[in-house]
Amino acid sequence: MSRGDATDSDESVDYTDTELMITRAAQELRNDDTVLVGVGVPNLACNLAKRTHAPDLQMIYESGTVDSNPDALPLSIGDPVLATGARSIVPMYEGFSRYLQGGRVDVGFLGGAQIDKRGNINSTAIGDYGDPTVRLPGSGGACEISSNAHRTLIIAPHQKRRFPESVDFVTSPGYLDGEESREDLGLRGGPEAVITDKAVMKFDDDGELYVETLHPGVTREEVQAATGWEIRFADDVTATPTPDADEIRLIREELDPDGVYTGGGD
Amino acid sequence: MTKVTDMTNAISGAVDEGDTVYLGGFTHLIPFAAGHEIIRQGYEDLHLVRATPDLVFDQLIAAGCASSVTFSWAGNPGVGSLRAFRRAVEDGVPNEIAIDEYSHFGLVSRLFAGARDMPFAPLRSLVGSGLPEHNDHIRTVENPFDPDESVCVVPPLKPDVSIVRAQRASPEGDAHIWGISGDVTDAAFAADTVVLAVEELVDTEALRSDPNRTEIPGTVVDYVVEEPYGSHPSYTQGYYGRDNDAYLDWNEVSESHESTLEWLDEWVYGVDTRREYVEKLGVDRLLDLEPTHDYAEPIDMGRYA
Repeated sequence: MSRGDATDSDESVDYTDTELMITRAAQELRNDDTVLVGVGVPNLACNLAKRTHAPDLQMIYESGTVDSNPDALPLSIGDPVLATGARSIVPMYEGFSRYLQGGRVDVGFLGGAQIDKRGNINSTAIGDYGDPTVRLPGSGGACEISSNAHRTLIIAPHQKRRFPESVDFVTSPGYLDGEESREDLGLRGGPEAVITDKAVMKFDDDGELYVETLHPGVTREEVQAATGWEIRFADDVTATPTPDADEIRLIREELDPDGVYTGGGD
Repeated sequence: MTKVTDMTNAISGAVDEGDTVYLGGFTHLIPFAAGHEIIRQGYEDLHLVRATPDLVFDQLIAAGCASSVTFSWAGNPGVGSLRAFRRAVEDGVPNEIAIDEYSHFGLVSRLFAGARDMPFAPLRSLVGSGLPEHNDHIRTVENPFDPDESVCVVPPLKPDVSIVRAQRASPEGDAHIWGISGDVTDAAFAADTVVLAVEELVDTEALRSDPNRTEIPGTVVDYVVEEPYGSHPSYTQGYYGRDNDAYLDWNEVSESHESTLEWLDEWVYGVDTRREYVEKLGVDRLLDLEPTHDYAEPIDMGRYA
C-alpha cells in the first residue's frame, strides 16, 4: 500500500512501506562498513547504500562471497551473481570463522518470525521445540550474525504475533533475559535497531526496545496494537525520514526492476 | 582400478542402509542427481546431513529415505518453507524423522573437526541460544587458558559417505571447484567414502595445470561420476544458473504428500538416469539457464626444469 506523499519536502514522492524500510535501513550503513547481507530487503538496502552515500560498503554473504558486486538481483544468498566479480570467495567455515567470528563484520541483517522486547529473535519454532505448532527453517547463520557482528539490524513487519514480550525459542540472542549480559557470554556487539513497516525502534541502556521514530501517518496507538507488550516511546518521537525521488528511482529502475521484493507493495 | 563409474553403481557401492550420508554444496553444486538415484534405489534408513536440506532433502524425505536429518537451515532458499521436511517433523509424514539441529557455523565446525580428526571444535556462538538445551552435541567447556571463560564446543562429524560435486575432475578424482565452495572440501575429507560427480571429466594434465584450484584431491575420492547438469535445479558456476522457477514451483508441487509423490513418480522414478531427466527438461529450459562467458585471467605457474 502506498503511504501517500512526503508533504513536508519540496518534491512529492510516492513510496511503499517496503521502500521506506529499504531506505531507512540503508541509512544505518556507513561507507567503511563491512556488512553481512541477506536476500530481499537487506540486499536492496545495502545496494542502495552502495549507490548513494556508501560506495565503499563491502558486502559479504554467508555463502562465503566477499565484497560481492551483483549485477543482477540475487535470489538466494548463494546466487552465482554474488560470486562473479567478488573480491574473494572463501569456504563457509572461513567466512564464519575468519570474517564473522574474527570481528571483521561490522553489521549484520536479521529478520525473524518472532522478535521480543530485548531483541532476541526466533526463527526456529513456534510453540514447543519438541512438538512445534510451526516448524521454521532454523538458524542458518543468524545465531552467528547476532553473536559476532558488531551491530545487528533487524527488519520485520510490525505485527502483534511477531513481537511477543518474549520469544518461544531463542535462535539468535539479543539482550537475553536481562539476567546475564552478552559480555558475560562472550558475545560481541548486539542489536542496534529494529526497522518495521510502522516505526524504527532502538534499544535503551538496559537492552529494551523503545520507539524512536514513527513512519508518516502511523500513530502510537497503531504501534502499540501491533506490539505484544507495553512499548515505550522516546521523549522526542519524530517522523521517520521518507525516501527521496532518487532513492525510489534506484530501487524501482535498477535494484529491483521486476518488483521481486518490492512489487507487492507491502 | 578406475574410479570412474556411473551414478547407479556409485550409489549402490558407496551407500549402505543405516549410513550417515552428507550431501555437500551450499546453494551451489548440490548433488540432486545423486539424491534422485538414492530415491530410486529405495533406501529407508539413512541419516541425512546437509547445512541446507534444500529441495533435495525434501524429495528424499517425501520418498521415505530418511530416518534422521542433521541440518542448520531447513528452508526453500529465497522462497519459504520446505513442506515435506515440515510434514515429517510436525506430523510424522511419511515417517517420523529425528532432527539434529545446529547453526551454520555449528554444523560446519563439526565437519571441520571431522576432516582434521580433532576431538572437538570450539566456537564463539550458540551460547545464549536455545539450541544447546535441545542438542546434547552442543556443550560448553572451561577455557583451559582462562578459567573465567566457558567455550562452546561441538564434536567431529565423520559421515560414512559424502557425496559432492565439482565443475571438473581428472579420472583420478582430483577436482577443480570455482565459485562458492561452501562445505564441499571438508565434507570430502571428513567422510569414509566419497562419491564425486562432475560436469566434465578432463585429462590429468589439464587438472594439474592449476593445482591451487584443486579443492578435492583424488586420494580421498572413491567414485568419480561424469554427469552434466547433475546439480539442476541448483547451479554450477560457469555452466548453468539456478533454475529459480523450479524452486518456486516446488512450493506448489510439495503442497501435499500426494502431490509430492506424483512429482517423484514423474521426475525421479519415471527416469532411469540424469541424462533422461535432462532430456525431459528440454533444450529451451537449459538454454535459459546458460550464463555468458566471463573467463579468469590465466596464471603462469612457470616451468623450472
